[in-house]
Amino acid sequence: MQTLSGSADTDQTEIGRTFAGVGVSPGRIIGSILLMPKAVREPAVGERLAEGTSSEEASAALRNAAKAVQTNLTDRSVGASGAGRAVLEATALMANDPMLVKAAVKLITNGASAERAIWDAAASVAEMLHNLGGYMAERASDVLDVRGRIVAELRHVPAPGIPYSDTPFVLVGDDLAPADTATLDPSKVLALVTSGGGPQSHTAIIARALGLPAVVAAVGVDGLADGTRVFVDGAAGTVLVDPGANEFALAKAWETTTAALAVFDGTGRLKDGHPVPLLSNVGGAKDAVKAAAAGAQGVGLLRTEFCFLERDTEPSVAEQVEAYRGVFDAFPDKKVVVRTLDAGADKPLPFLTDASEPNPALGVRGYRTDFTSPGVLERQLAAIAQAADGTGAQVWVMAPMISTAEEAEHFAGLCRAAGLPTPGVMVEVPAAALTAASILEHVEFVSLGTNDLTQYAMAADRQLGPLAALNTPWQPAVLQLIRLTVAGSRDEGHDKPVGVCGEAAADPALAVVLVGLGISTLSMTARALSAVAAVLASVTLPEAQQLAALALTAHTAADARRLVREKLPILDQLGL
Amino acid sequence: MSERTAVIASRVGLHARPAGIFVAAVGELPLEVTIAMAGEPADDAMDASSILSIMSLGASNGDTVVLRAEGEGADEALDSLVKILETDLDAE
Repeated sequence: MQTLSGSADTDQTEIGRTFAGVGVSPGRIIGSILLMPKAVREPAVGERLAEGTSSEEASAALRNAAKAVQTNLTDRSVGASGAGRAVLEATALMANDPMLVKAAVKLITNGASAERAIWDAAASVAEMLHNLGGYMAERASDVLDVRGRIVAELRHVPAPGIPYSDTPFVLVGDDLAPADTATLDPSKVLALVTSGGGPQSHTAIIARALGLPAVVAAVGVDGLADGTRVFVDGAAGTVLVDPGANEFALAKAWETTTAALAVFDGTGRLKDGHPVPLLSNVGGAKDAVKAAAAGAQGVGLLRTEFCFLERDTEPSVAEQVEAYRGVFDAFPDKKVVVRTLDAGADKPLPFLTDASEPNPALGVRGYRTDFTSPGVLERQLAAIAQAADGTGAQVWVMAPMISTAEEAEHFAGLCRAAGLPTPGVMVEVPAAALTAASILEHVEFVSLGTNDLTQYAMAADRQLGPLAALNTPWQPAVLQLIRLTVAGSRDEGHDKPVGVCGEAAADPALAVVLVGLGISTLSMTARALSAVAAVLASVTLPEAQQLAALALTAHTAADARRLVREKLPILDQLGL
Repeated sequence: MSERTAVIASRVGLHARPAGIFVAAVGELPLEVTIAMAGEPADDAMDASSILSIMSLGASNGDTVVLRAEGEGADEALDSLVKILETDLDAE
């Protein structure tokens, strides 16, 4: 790792300091940082009004703060659109809600400080909403978000969430939440750097989808001051304070590379011509049109949740047909793999999942919601079949979170009954990888979801920064599970396809290993297609197989990654 | 005291976006308006300008609610609010 020595004429200790993290989205850029404000600290339990402050003054301050937060959120909603706008509008109303403010004022009258009063008043409201269950329970977190903003306003500190700036900046924080995507403006953010989070965290997924360079788990980086200039290398996973001429040259070279890499000719293949179809993961018709324009050879993962999220009730078959057809129409004559509803864990749906499960990642999620809410899956399959009818797309269907051959058999039966001839399942539970041969006796293909497969194989929550090192698909155990899945397909005897549709497919070095292991297709965010295609075109099939064998010999994830990257000089040339 | 009943037309009931639109409309009135489920005592009525109160009311599609207000223009104001509740706001 290269670091510049600190300048002699300054005593700023951070100059030239390098923070090492995990690179999750390639790119080399230079920019000034803005810190994401930390979560609001809870006021001391039982905190009283400060000496010399009357309850009238504190109540007035609270009312003003609530009003200010409401105005701020309303202003921001004007700039947002769709679902994001509706959420901001409703949250704005909550901020200055008479019931909430009255409850807080009552506590102030009894002697509580304004901060503590709103803290407790909002907690009671949140608990009440939580107890109502379903949709209301989810709104509880909105009340707590509003509470944080009001307390920040009372303390005159920045509100939690993504900071706002007119000029583009490098966003530095602990980790991004799914909700932050709604407010992250990709034209204002140059790169994402977090002290927490792992390779599969929301930050990583957001960065790859937006094509922003990103480094996660860079411990200590949140101690830098706003405005600090840094060089971010999203491939190496490093952040350098006060970059010099060398880094400016690297950043300039990256600009040229991205321009060259922006083109994918629409045919994934190795140097020797061995075909590797490169497909795209999409979450709706808009994504699908973009992916088709980027050259995707089909859709390897259609996340049908897009049709269900933000809904309080199940969408009708007619609504679903229209939504799916929009995607099929973007890919006439091409393959579109539709994943049936994957609700639960980090994607709860009020009408399907139980928010009070103690272990949502191990709970009723994915295909398993068919156990508790039968009928939803059958109606979805009917809608997919109806949408597929009359389009040119080759529609394949797969179920998420399959653990056993019986589940695969049941799912295949439902698909065939609906008139869908190509059923498949996702392999994301280690049990499915280990029993791939018997699973493939019932279905026509499998697709590895490497994010969840990694989280379950390593027993490591993918959102947790301290577990980032465990949570990479380069882990020897994960590579073995992928190898065993391919071996299962060979054992079954009909050469049924094994694809990958997790984030692993978007890592160009790992893509080479996956092809070497026998994976037939790769599906990724459309942004990654050109980089993966460029690297695949630099190796022959025997070379890819050698690299896969090399990766399997490594005892650690870091070694596997390093050994493979050393043999792929093109990665360094392209800054990937 | 003026009083009106309304049948909730929104498919998702009176929360989320429909509740937001209703509360915003109440907020623009110079009157205090209360809302209760039909058949519940007037004393238990909630402040109709509070989105949190409205949400905790839990009114579903097809439920009947009672709106109450006092003062000048109360009748006209309640009529306009009934119109909002009896429109499927979620369909827009």
